[in-house]
Amino acid sequence: MSSNLSARNTKVMNRFDVTSRLIAKLKHEEAVIGGIGNTNFDLWAAGHRPQNFYMLGSMGLAFPIALGVALAQPDRRVFALEGDGSLLMQLGALSTIAALKPKNLTMIVMDNGIYQITGAQPTPAAHVADIVAIAIGSGLANSAWAADEEDFQRLVEDAMTAAEPSLIAVRIDDKPGVGTTRRDPVQIRERFMHGLGVREPL
Amino acid sequence: MAIAEQQTSPQATQAAGERSWHGIILHTLKRNEISLVPYVPDRVLTPLIRNLHADPFFTTFATAREEEAVGIVSGAWMGGRRGAVLMQTSGFATLANVLASLAVPYQIPLIMFVSERGTLGEFNYGQSLVCRTMRPVLDSLALEHHTITRLDELEFITDRSIKQAVTTQAPVALILNPLLTGGKVFDK
Repeated sequence: MSSNLSARNTKVMNRFDVTSRLIAKLKHEEAVIGGIGNTNFDLWAAGHRPQNFYMLGSMGLAFPIALGVALAQPDRRVFALEGDGSLLMQLGALSTIAALKPKNLTMIVMDNGIYQITGAQPTPAAHVADIVAIAIGSGLANSAWAADEEDFQRLVEDAMTAAEPSLIAVRIDDKPGVGTTRRDPVQIRERFMHGLGVREPL
Repeated sequence: MAIAEQQTSPQATQAAGERSWHGIILHTLKRNEISLVPYVPDRVLTPLIRNLHADPFFTTFATAREEEAVGIVSGAWMGGRRGAVLMQTSGFATLANVLASLAVPYQIPLIMFVSERGTLGEFNYGQSLVCRTMRPVLDSLALEHHTITRLDELEFITDRSIKQAVTTQAPVALILNPLLTGGKVFDK
């Protein structure tokens, strides 16, 4: 299997570039949940939106948090950005999402095979496991690798009209995030609730 | 009363309706518009879980881990929908990280029901040890928690605690003691 992985034809992309391409496609106040570390640093760097939520801990919970938002607001499209190391912490969440089938949820996995932020140590899955195969095996049939940037954008467009949850995996390089999220959890949560129309500012 | 009820048939338990501990919790959840109830199952919670599934008001489902359920209800709260998480003592023991890094700092009114194993007739040494970690973890984060032992106090404690969690934007743990539920004993 490792020989297959090394031979796969997916292009190695860049997290900030891919995140920026996603944000550029959002025209309907879609919610975006950014997993811990570089994933939400690049979401922040791509330009803050009131519908963005940035995690500062609870590694692995970007998809469950996004699932909660999707169940609360079924008419709003919800995107979740998660790193491969984070996803490995909570693989069971894929089956939960597959069982509930929220059609407004799109999961994006940024896969560099390393814990970049802690010193670029390889994850246990690097070289042996395939994120998309895991997702399909967990019941998420609508899961695919993005071959390159244009393919990523096409997959995002497909996800926006899909009748079931979608997972897009992106091979990325080992670069750190471009920005640093302001670590103010109460303000992050409050602004997000304003952005989702749940609350008005004081 | 509650212990005697544990020994009755499932049909009789359901017929006991609203005055059973699980009936009171279900109706208190509904009255407080808590409609999303993910859980990791527990033997004692079985009648509550079954009745939540049978009631179309609720979206209830199993998650693979308790912290996953906490993430789901946290997201739902921010999206304007109320939830609560059901778990066992050993499940609570997996939550320190998500409590300290999500529920508390983001001020999310996380409502937890914990079926208490590890005391009053526990037969599994591991359960009795993990139970001893629960209240120190809750106290270390200064989290509101109540241990419910009496049926006549259940509705008051549950209803007031839910309202306090929402209005103060703070988590609460409601610990369902074997004195209330009958617990789980070796011969079952």
